Amino acid sequence: MKTLIRYSPLIILALAWEISSRLGLVSELALPPLSDVIRAWIALIKDGELVSNGLASIYRAAAGLGLAIVVGGLIGIAMAWFRPVNVLIAPIVEIFYPLPKSALIPVTVIWLGFGDGSKILLIFLGCMLPVTIGAFNGARAAEQHLVWSARSMGASRLRMMWDVVVPSAMPELLNGVRTALALSFILLVSSELIVAQKGFGYLIGFLGANGTYDAMYAVVLTVAFLGFAADRAYMLITRRVLAWREATA
Amino acid sequence: MSNTDAPPNGWPEKAARLSVRLFWAFARVFSILLLLVAWEVFARSGAVTTFQLPALSKVLARIWDDAVSGDLAINTVLTLYRAIVGFLIAGIGGVLIGTAMTRLKLADWFFDPLVSIGFPMPKIAFLPVIILWLGVFDVSKITMIVFDAIFPVIAATVVGIRSVERELLWSARNMGAKESEILWQIVLPAALPQIMTGLQVALPLSLIVAVVTEMLMGGYGLGGAMITASRFANSIGVFAGIVEIAVVGYVLVKAMALTRRRLLIWHQEAHDPSTA
Repeated sequence: MKTLIRYSPLIILALAWEISSRLGLVSELALPPLSDVIRAWIALIKDGELVSNGLASIYRAAAGLGLAIVVGGLIGIAMAWFRPVNVLIAPIVEIFYPLPKSALIPVTVIWLGFGDGSKILLIFLGCMLPVTIGAFNGARAAEQHLVWSARSMGASRLRMMWDVVVPSAMPELLNGVRTALALSFILLVSSELIVAQKGFGYLIGFLGANGTYDAMYAVVLTVAFLGFAADRAYMLITRRVLAWREATA
Repeated sequence: MSNTDAPPNGWPEKAARLSVRLFWAFARVFSILLLLVAWEVFARSGAVTTFQLPALSKVLARIWDDAVSGDLAINTVLTLYRAIVGFLIAGIGGVLIGTAMTRLKLADWFFDPLVSIGFPMPKIAFLPVIILWLGVFDVSKITMIVFDAIFPVIAATVVGIRSVERELLWSARNMGAKESEILWQIVLPAALPQIMTGLQVALPLSLIVAVVTEMLMGGYGLGGAMITASRFANSIGVFAGIVEIAVVGYVLVKAMALTRRRLLIWHQEAHDPSTA
């Protein structure tokens, strides 16, 4: 009941959508009634279009994001831990961070063509820097006396990294990953809208060009919902992973 | 800046400090220079075709041609105009909505679920819908930018205002301040660091969306020029576009960081070592 009241504005908006479209206040072309959109969504699920394109998109996003987290995290921690690495890489991070990553879409296409490879590379490049910066800030803030105690107890450099530096970098690192997660959806959809033969973005563009706007709305809402759901799921996982921190705080 | 504790001033110390500073200045640009040289050498080595990676010198020559012909100025101004107008609308609207959400129950009830769903949503997926409604010109591009950039500002404003220290409000009320005075003189300044953080997220986002919308809708602008070059398999043009967009992005982000430092000069964070 409480959630119902909390989300009632959404229900009101949905009703307003349905009614304004049914009464012809807005053109049915520009805004097909919500019920038609839902019917189109069910049809898309049934003939498998949405699922096959969706799986292609999710594969690209997951591969790119996974690579970005591993490589970005390692670079960030290395930057915080070894000064020469920082001196070499920090200026490069600094000039590439403000670069709007969408500018890389045509380049990844030049390098890897129209398929999965170019999208994965784009998402990897775009998502790496937020993770790197998160890991760097987190690892740099590792409490010095924790590092000292670990060293005095005879931990090797690698051991210390794994047991002390990585856990203390976790909160900032996970925050960077959250930014990267949102970015991966943006890059995925925009690159698929521009050049692709399958995926959510391709499906949206294809249905829109065909004039089947109710189906297009169905795909757009699906992508929006997936982005929202991914963020919520990620927040839940983060809370789990950082549970030790709440307990000690 | 770091050693304010009265350094000794004989010439050997001065020379030593100068050489240290020169060394670090060089170290800061060293890897960038290395990257640029590696680009040029690698592109010329024949391991990749000019199509895959044109030499830096050719790209720079192309940028120079664009600058001389005036295309560069037109495209840059158009992209900046869209990004900045979108950013300003998102900034002002975001602060207004955020403030309203903390002041009016009704606004909070209405906007809170919309923001909590809209913030993490990939708004770019709505681009075809926006094109359907508003066409392919500036209005739809700027609408898309506002739609994307407004959520971080709203969220930051709400968090900022809600975390204003109660003692400040109590003291102000106690001294007989009116509600409007409290808002302007206490609440908004105290929330400013958070609001600025929201704006600092919104600005690069505005530029990203400006470039994407230009790529998808074509026409002038840095993104439009890039996608045209890409359609004609003109990879020098594509790389020139990246360099141009990178420079614009860098300047905008730095300008924003400087503005923050100016506006928050009274805040203790201005005296902390900067991470930006």
